[in-house]
Amino acid sequence: MTPLQVIFIFVAAITLGAAVMVVTTKNLIHAALWLILSLFGIAVFFVILSAGFLAVAQVVIYIGAIAILMIFAIMLTRRIARDAGPQLNSGWIWAALVSAFLFGGLVWLMGNWEGFYRSLPELNPSLDPLNQLGQALVSPQGYIIPFEVASILLVAALIGAIMVAWDKQ
Amino acid sequence: MGDPVVLVSGWLGNLFVNWGLSNSWIIFLKTLIGVLAIASLVLVTDIFLVWVERKVVARFQDRLGPNRLGPFGLIQPVADVIKLLIKENITPQGADKFIYNLAPILALGTVIMIWAVIPLSPTAFGTDVNVGVLYIVAIGSISTLGIIMAGWSSNNKYALIAAFRTVAQMISYEIPMVISLLVPVILAKTMGINSIVAAQKIWFIVLAPVAGIIFLISSQAELGRAPFDIPEAESEIVAGFHIEYTGMKFGLFYAGELLHALTIGGIFSSLFLGGWRGPGAEAYPILGIVYFFIKAFFIYWVIMWLKYSFPRIRIDQMLSFNWKFLAPLALATLMIVAVLDKVFQNSPMWLYTIVMLIANGVIILATLQIVHTFGRRERQKVAVPKPIAAPEQGPNPSQSPAQTPTQI
Repeated sequence: MTPLQVIFIFVAAITLGAAVMVVTTKNLIHAALWLILSLFGIAVFFVILSAGFLAVAQVVIYIGAIAILMIFAIMLTRRIARDAGPQLNSGWIWAALVSAFLFGGLVWLMGNWEGFYRSLPELNPSLDPLNQLGQALVSPQGYIIPFEVASILLVAALIGAIMVAWDKQ
Repeated sequence: MGDPVVLVSGWLGNLFVNWGLSNSWIIFLKTLIGVLAIASLVLVTDIFLVWVERKVVARFQDRLGPNRLGPFGLIQPVADVIKLLIKENITPQGADKFIYNLAPILALGTVIMIWAVIPLSPTAFGTDVNVGVLYIVAIGSISTLGIIMAGWSSNNKYALIAAFRTVAQMISYEIPMVISLLVPVILAKTMGINSIVAAQKIWFIVLAPVAGIIFLISSQAELGRAPFDIPEAESEIVAGFHIEYTGMKFGLFYAGELLHALTIGGIFSSLFLGGWRGPGAEAYPILGIVYFFIKAFFIYWVIMWLKYSFPRIRIDQMLSFNWKFLAPLALATLMIVAVLDKVFQNSPMWLYTIVMLIANGVIILATLQIVHTFGRRERQKVAVPKPIAAPEQGPNPSQSPAQTPTQI
């Protein structure tokens, strides 16, 4: 067994365990912290796959922004951090069925895919994936239009936030 | 004379080959030893930093500082550590024990993690990732998490208020900091810190002084040091988010704060002051470590200088300074540098340098002009007489002092 495999199994166990804890723990703040651990595990997977940029983006966006926002929302909501109500509602059986089907389908799909059984190919060290990603995002042959549309969406969201918070006197 | 880092690495490699390990395990073990070496170096430096901080603050305040234990009081930090270790560890009632104990570890651990990407010399560095600058930003966001956890789990209102203040400050000041970090990235055309250092034939502080200053100011705020020490304002919220921590748990926060300041010095020197570059550093890489730490400690000293010279600003001043001044200035600098870099990318180095310097001078002058006009308007607003203090409302208007708008 190579060290990479050992690390993979270790991190996979932590990620899945943390994900289970997110939905089973009663304390909402604990759930948010377990979610952060789970997201961090996914960032480690990106590192194992030599996708450094995605790993760092995962940490910046999901842990640095979204998770902290969630913790803030929980803290600012009165009493909810101490509530320990029932964790399941009447639809839990359907949710379990859908999840089981989804999991089975994914396993079946992956089992039929030939790439599943191949070992990891070596990346060409002379290629800089980050550089290529940057070029592709702004080149007319690449993804310039989706990139610009996403930018416009973000600017619209920014302006919208300012309009909502504007104090009209 | 060969480079000791390369020599040790080669010797370890040979040793592991003789043990009959496979290639991937050798890389794994060597990485593990490297991590331990860098983390230990940083932590031992941290003990020394306690002495540096106390000695420098004493000098700024016209005192002597620690001078009883050992020469120049050098053994004082060891005594401090022993004191912290033998103190009682108190966990407050109603505290969330697990999070409460995890927070100090996170606070110190995230700072040490930043050292993974900072090159100490051409051969001694943790790892050369091509997203080094973004990595620093990402780790910074995790350190915010440590402070939230400490503030929330202490079951103390003051600690919670401090955590809220810290997060407001850190999230706000992250914006000018990230934008100013992009300027060296544009100049070096890479995000890897090793390549940024290698690209600095001319230090980037010469090409982009405005970005350097913005980075220094916003990292001062990220550190939570005066004038931005609102998260631990003693006169308002007792001690901040670590109010309930005792003994070595408090010690970890303290060590994390000191080390963070030196880390900022290391990042600043790598991005703007040429990192390990200096006379003879390429031929003898071990010299690079010396140059690097001289520069890092110089920036650390500047941070302390600022901390012990300025009074604390109010929370509304802190927010408007960031959103109305630093963030627009950083954005303008980024755009100007990006355009000029594209226009002059093929011109000779001297022309490029002069153009960048003039552009930065223009930015500084324009900023000062705008701040001057704004400040004058604000002072005029304050100088207008308030209704209550108006002379005609007093019993004897002729004897009260003149209330005309004062000349500014």
